[in-house]
Amino acid sequence: MLTFILRKLGVIIPTFVGVTLIAFTFIRLLPGDPVLVMAGERGMTEERHARLMAEFGFDKPIIVQYGHYLNDLMHGNFGVSIVTKQPVLEEFITLFPATVELSLCAILFAVVVGLPVGMIAAVRRGTPFDHTVMAGALTGYSMPIFWWGLLLIIMFSGILGWTPVSGRISLMYFFEPVTGFMLIDSLLSGQQGAFKSALTHLILPTIVLGTIPLAVIARQTRSAMLEVLSEDYIRTARAKGLKPSRVIGLHALRNAMIPVITVIGLQVGVLFAGAILTETIFSWPGIGKWMVDSIFRRDYTSVQGGLLLIAVIIMVVNLIVDLLYGLINPRIRHTE
Amino acid sequence: MSEAAYNGELDTREGGRIALLKEFWSYFSENRGAVIGLIFFIAIIIIALLADYIAPHLPNQQYREAFLQPPFWQEGGSLKFPLGTDAVGRDILSRLIHGARFSLFIGCVVVSVALVVGVILGLIAGFFRGRIDTIIMRLMDIILSFPSLLLALVLVAILGPSLINAMIAIAIVQQPHYVRLTRAAVMGEMNKDYVTAARVVGVRRLRLMFVTILPNCMAPLIVQAALSFSTAILDAAALGFLGMGAQPPTPEWGTMLAEAREFILRAWWVVTLPGCAILLTVLAINLMGDGLRDALDPKLKRS
Repeated sequence: MLTFILRKLGVIIPTFVGVTLIAFTFIRLLPGDPVLVMAGERGMTEERHARLMAEFGFDKPIIVQYGHYLNDLMHGNFGVSIVTKQPVLEEFITLFPATVELSLCAILFAVVVGLPVGMIAAVRRGTPFDHTVMAGALTGYSMPIFWWGLLLIIMFSGILGWTPVSGRISLMYFFEPVTGFMLIDSLLSGQQGAFKSALTHLILPTIVLGTIPLAVIARQTRSAMLEVLSEDYIRTARAKGLKPSRVIGLHALRNAMIPVITVIGLQVGVLFAGAILTETIFSWPGIGKWMVDSIFRRDYTSVQGGLLLIAVIIMVVNLIVDLLYGLINPRIRHTE
Repeated sequence: MSEAAYNGELDTREGGRIALLKEFWSYFSENRGAVIGLIFFIAIIIIALLADYIAPHLPNQQYREAFLQPPFWQEGGSLKFPLGTDAVGRDILSRLIHGARFSLFIGCVVVSVALVVGVILGLIAGFFRGRIDTIIMRLMDIILSFPSLLLALVLVAILGPSLINAMIAIAIVQQPHYVRLTRAAVMGEMNKDYVTAARVVGVRRLRLMFVTILPNCMAPLIVQAALSFSTAILDAAALGFLGMGAQPPTPEWGTMLAEAREFILRAWWVVTLPGCAILLTVLAINLMGDGLRDALDPKLKRS
């Protein structure tokens, strides 16, 4: 197991260095030098320009600049936003729980619906139910989710008036964030109706963000289940006279879960990409919307910091999934 | 190798190809969804090619007497604008028809660029192994460690928002998948007897890579091409929707959606229809892709 972990780390460290290189290069690829980029359209005098270049160390050789950048990163300094003048890391940490809450709900929704549906489709292979699930999954997989979000808004907010259009909670309620998760905080605040408000705000974004993972999980569960159901040990279990529910729910499901867990782990990147669109549509104050806003505000230090932090988070989550996978399935950690 | 023997070999291969195509079609046509997808996709191609002739109006012509006119079956609609008009009085049907051109164009360009670059890099990595392989694969890992849409968004921010730059960004984001697939397939082929035989005969390196090995690695690449064609359309539409792809007044479907956003509660058709066009096109291509995979991938065949 230790060699397995070390091997995984050996791959991830060069990738991490590469990711910092990309984030470092990003701000230098923009037309004009970084100080001019920060000054924006206001411009500045020659003298001030030279002083700022020296102050930020942009007049040093590029390799020295990169060294400084890495050093700053190691000390938790991800730069200061050009627009708000706040440390990027601080802004990121403030907004991050909103994205995590939304993503967790989305993946939960996808698993709770996708797993049973995929299982039943596999067991009832070839029935109308199976065909409907497969057609639905393919449609979900092909869905432009930014449009899907707008459709749901038309339907549930516009015509039916059931759900609010944007934000995380109604403006009527205000309380200090404790965990950063609105569902938990609203309960802790003890205010009447706050939890319901948070929940209704969460429903549509959850469905929108969960749609593609749901489709992927349903398809993956179905095909993993089909494969396992044709194995000899399943036939043996059936021949022994075990109840079908026990054969499928215990014997088959356990082995079918392995590929499904990997797929769920792989959805982290998909969720981040989806969060960019979902948060923009629903004005959800999370990382995705913040990145888009930063790009439009030309807040390049925030984009740089956000890019790096998101990549690191995805790398860490993927590493954890890999390790868990190795833990569950010894065949994985001993091959290669 | 004598000329005659070479010709003889070619002939049998031609026959083999037709048989292979027949086998492919028999598998492919068994999948009803795939055939429907194919027919729909061909229809979109025809619509895109004939856009100038079948569109009732010019895509950017504004009719000042008809702002936000509903489709013909609703009260206030007319057959002059069968699917209604948008906020500045442009015919939506005509814009959708012309939009098909952009989506297909985006798909073709992105897939060809990503495929060519990805296949070359993957071939080099799988063929030479060693240090160059490590460098290429680490580079791909780095690209893959960003969410694709985010990386594309940032690349467009650097290059400047436009359709061409959006396509470049999407191609860069997609190409690691081709590198990985090609490399894996090449490594699988490298140890086979026919490659050793070709080496022994003294086939030159480039010919060995591109003529001997590559054709045997094509099946997964074709499936990937179909899938990434649809992803390219989706991502380009998403970038257009965020204002970072094709710029107004281009009748690109994602850009049309972005322009329509403020009217969602007033005029459902300006929002619903471009999205339907995206969904149906992507769905058709994905259906086709599934059929291709069933027909081409022997591991998944008849599972």
